[in-house]
Amino acid sequence: MSDKITFTIDGKECTGKKGQTIVEAAKENGVYIPVLCHYDGLKPAGACRICTVRVGGRNMAACTTPIANDIVVQNNIPELEDMRKAIVEMLFVEGNHMCPTCEKSGNCELQALGYRYLMMAPRFPYLWPTKQVDASIPKLYIDRNRCILCLRCHRGVTTKDGKHIFGPVKRGDRTMITADPELAAGMTDKQAQQAMDICPVGALLKKEVGFVVPVGKRKYDQKPIGSEIQGN
Amino acid sequence: MGKEADTVVKKAVKNHGGDATCLLDIIRDVQDAMGCVSDEAVLQIARQLGISTTDVEGVVTFYHFFSKKPVGKYSVYLNNSAVAVMKGRAAVAKAFEQGARCKFGSVSSDGVIGLFDTSCIGMNDQEPAAIINGAVFTNLTPEKAKDLVEAMKAGKDVNKMVKDLGDGQNQSALVKSMVNNNIQKKGQVLFAPFEGGSALKKAVSMNPAGVIDEMKKSNLRGRGGAGFPAGMKWSFCRDAAGKKKYVICNADEGEPGTFKDRVILTELPHMLFEGMALAGYAIGSDEGILYLRAEYAYLKDYLENVLAGLRKKKMLGKDAGGKKGFSFDISIKLGAGAYVCGEESALIESAEGKRGAPRNRPPFPAQYGYMGKPTIVNNVETYCTATRIILEGGEWYAKMGTAQSKGTKLLSVSGDCKKPGIYEVEFGMTIQTLLEECDGRPAVAVQVGGPSGNCVGKKDFGRRICFDDLATGGSIIVIGSNTDLLEVVHNFMDFFVEESCGWCVPCRAGNVILRNKLEKIMHGNGTMADLKELEDWCLIVKSMSRCGLGQTSPNPIYTTLKNFRELYEAKVKKDVEYSTEFDLAAAVEDSCKYAGRKPQLGEHS
Ligand SMILES: Cc1cc2nc3c(=O)[nH]c(=O)nc-3n(C[C@H](O)[C@H](O)[C@H](O)COP(=O)(O)O)c2cc1C
Ligand code: SF4
Ligand code: SF4
Repeated sequence: MSDKITFTIDGKECTGKKGQTIVEAAKENGVYIPVLCHYDGLKPAGACRICTVRVGGRNMAACTTPIANDIVVQNNIPELEDMRKAIVEMLFVEGNHMCPTCEKSGNCELQALGYRYLMMAPRFPYLWPTKQVDASIPKLYIDRNRCILCLRCHRGVTTKDGKHIFGPVKRGDRTMITADPELAAGMTDKQAQQAMDICPVGALLKKEVGFVVPVGKRKYDQKPIGSEIQGN
Repeated sequence: MGKEADTVVKKAVKNHGGDATCLLDIIRDVQDAMGCVSDEAVLQIARQLGISTTDVEGVVTFYHFFSKKPVGKYSVYLNNSAVAVMKGRAAVAKAFEQGARCKFGSVSSDGVIGLFDTSCIGMNDQEPAAIINGAVFTNLTPEKAKDLVEAMKAGKDVNKMVKDLGDGQNQSALVKSMVNNNIQKKGQVLFAPFEGGSALKKAVSMNPAGVIDEMKKSNLRGRGGAGFPAGMKWSFCRDAAGKKKYVICNADEGEPGTFKDRVILTELPHMLFEGMALAGYAIGSDEGILYLRAEYAYLKDYLENVLAGLRKKKMLGKDAGGKKGFSFDISIKLGAGAYVCGEESALIESAEGKRGAPRNRPPFPAQYGYMGKPTIVNNVETYCTATRIILEGGEWYAKMGTAQSKGTKLLSVSGDCKKPGIYEVEFGMTIQTLLEECDGRPAVAVQVGGPSGNCVGKKDFGRRICFDDLATGGSIIVIGSNTDLLEVVHNFMDFFVEESCGWCVPCRAGNVILRNKLEKIMHGNGTMADLKELEDWCLIVKSMSRCGLGQTSPNPIYTTLKNFRELYEAKVKKDVEYSTEFDLAAAVEDSCKYAGRKPQLGEHS
C-alpha cells in the first residue's frame, strides 16, 4: 500500500501510516517519546517541546511533525535527553509545585517525568511566581500554581457547540489559563471529571472529592511513565 | 456603564459584520470608544460573536495596545528600546512622570494621562520617541515632555501638539507627522526613479510563470530576516492546490532597530503595492493584505488613499494593470502591538483575529496560510525589490551583491553614530565602511540584525553585511564606548521576556531564567560556573524553542559571551566556586520591622 511509511528511530526500523505524527507512529512501534502537552485525539499543540527529536539533524517536535518515508529520527540521545530534562526542570521552577500535598500526586505526568529523568533539584533557580487560584467555577477549581500551560483543557474541553470553556490569556511568562464563567458554570460532573483527567498536572481539580485512591497506589506510583509503551 | 458597553459593542460588532475574524478591529473600536475593554465589554463581544469570553480576553490581553483597564484620555507609549535609552530616555521618562504625577505603567489620578513603556516603535533614528493617542513624537527632551504634559492637561487635540512636520510625505495632508525619513543613501533598486504602473503592466504582459522565472533568476532573498528565496516561495504557492490564494505583506517591522519599512511605506508605497499586485498575478491570487503594525497606524489613512488612487488608475481592482481577467485588490489590517506577529504564521493568526501565537509547521503558509488558503508572506522591501526586478530583469539584479546575497539592502542605522537613518547599500559592504559612512567610528560594538542577530566587536568590523557572512533584516545598532554593553544586553533580554508569546516552555520560562542569571552576574554575584551555565542554558532555549523568536532570543547573551567575554569575566568572582544572589537581610527586613527586631544574620551578614 502506498499509505505505508517506513522510517527509523535510533536505528530501529519503524512503519506507520501516512498522516501520522512521529509521536503516534513511534508509540505503535513500541518506542517511547516523552510527551506532556500531547493528548491522544486532540490537535497537537507543540507547546512543551519535551518530545523534541532530531530529524535529519534538525530539532523538531515529534508531536507536530508528520512521518515521511526514510526519515532518520534520533530520539534517545544524551544531548536531547538532557535538554528534555531541562524543560521538566523549567516547568518545576516557573510554577509552584508542592507535590506532597497535591491531589494529583502519583497521577501527575510532570511528576512522573521528573522521576523518569531522575531530577533531584532543578538546575535553574526557582522563580517563585505569585499565581492566583480560581475557585469560582462550581464544579472544579483552577490552581495556576501547578498549570504548565499545555493547553490540553483549551483544546479538549468544549461545550456541545464547540466553544472553548478554558483558554489562555496574557502572553509570555504572564500567560495563564482562565475559564468563561458562564460556560464553566454549565459544566456537568462528567465534564468536570473529563477536564481533571485531561489535565496532566493538578491544575484542574474537582471540588468536594479527593484522595479516593491513596497516594502510593496511583498510576505512576506503580510503574514509570512510558512503560506502557516501552514495556519496562 | 453596562448600557454604554452594550451599545458600543453592538456598534463595533455590526461595523465589522459580526465577523469573529475581525476581532482585533472590533476590540480596537471598543477600546477607542471606551478607553478600555472592560470585563463587561469582553462578555458582550463574546456573546454577540457567539464565542467564549476566553477567546476575547485572550486577544485583548495578548496585544500591548489593548487594555482591560482604562489607559487615560491621553496614553503615552514611550519607547524603551536600547537606543532610546542611549539617547536620554530616562530623563524624558522622569519629566513625564513629574508632570503627570504618576509612574510609568499607571494612569494619573484624574484619569487624564496614562504612561506606558513600549517595545521599539520603529523610530530608532529619532529617539527618544513616544506615541500619544496614535501620533508620533520624536527627538524628545525633558522640556518637550513637559510641554506635552501641559498640552494634555489643557485638553489639546493631540494632532495640534505636533509642531514641526518631518520631510517628504510626512508632510502630506493625510500624514502630518513630525517623523523624519532620514534617507542617507539612495541605491539603484529602491530609490532609483520609478514610474508608477510600469512594472505591473510589464508583468501582466508576461505569463505568470515568466514572472516567477524572473524572480528566480534574480535570486532575491526575503528581506524580513530569514532570507528565503522569494521566487521559490512564490512558485510553491502557485503550485499549491486551491483557487483562492493570498498575498500578504509583512509590515510588522518589530525588530528593535529597524525602521526601513516605515520609510518605504512613507515614500514608496506605489512601488510596494505594485509588487504585491504582480506577486498576485504570478501566484494566481486576487487578494492582498498589508499587515501594518499598530505603531505605524499614523500612515493608515495615507496608505488607504494611495490604494484608492491605484484603483482609480485601474492598477488595482478588476482587470488590474489592464489585464483582462486579472483582478487584484489590497486591504490593510492593523496589528495591535506584538513583536511576535512579525513571524509569518503568527501574523496570519493575528490577521484572522486571534492571539498572535505562531503556528506549528508544517504545513507552511504557501500550502495552508490565511483562512487556510495558500498564502505568500513577504517583507515590505521584498515586494518593492520585486517591482524593480520585473522592470530591469532578474539578470540585471543578480549582477549586484555577493555570491549568496544579490542586489541591495536597505539598512536602518541607529545608535552611537552621527548620521542615523536609512542606507541602501550593495550586499557585501563591510561594517567598517558602513561605520565610516554613518560616522560611527568610535564604535566598540555593532549589533547586526537587531537583538535576535549578532553583536560583533572591532575584530569583526572587516566582516561583510550579507547572508553569507553577517545577515540582517536591516537593523544596525552602533554601540559606542560610553554605552554599557551589558545594559544593552539586559535591555534586549527584557524585550524578549516581554514579547514571548508564552506558548512554549523553553522561550516562556527560559528567557526569564536567562535574564535573571545575567542580572546575577551584572550585580557582581556571578562566578565562572555561572558563565558556563549561562552559555549552556542559551543553547537549551535556542535548540528547544518552537519559533524563530525563542530560537534567537538568547543571542544577545550568547553572542556577547563569545565576542565580549572580558566584560562578563570582569564582573564575576573568580576565587569562589559558588555564590548566591539571595539577600537574607532584605528577605527578613519586613518581618524584622514588624517584630521590632534587628536581623541576626550570623555568618550571612
Ligand atoms: C519573532 C519574529 C519576528 C519577525 N518579524 C518580522 C517583521 O517584522 N517583518 C518581516 O518582514 N519579517 C519578520 N519576520 C520574518 C517572517 O517570519 C518571514 O520570514 C518574512 O516575513 C518573510 O518575508 P521575506 O521572505 O520577504 O523576508 C519575523 C520572524 C520572527 C521569528
Ligand atoms: S489547566 Fe491543566 S490542562 Fe489546562 S493548560 Fe494548565 S496544565 Fe494544561
Ligand atoms: S519560541 Fe517563544 S514566541 Fe515562539 S512559540 Fe515559543 S513562546 Fe511563542
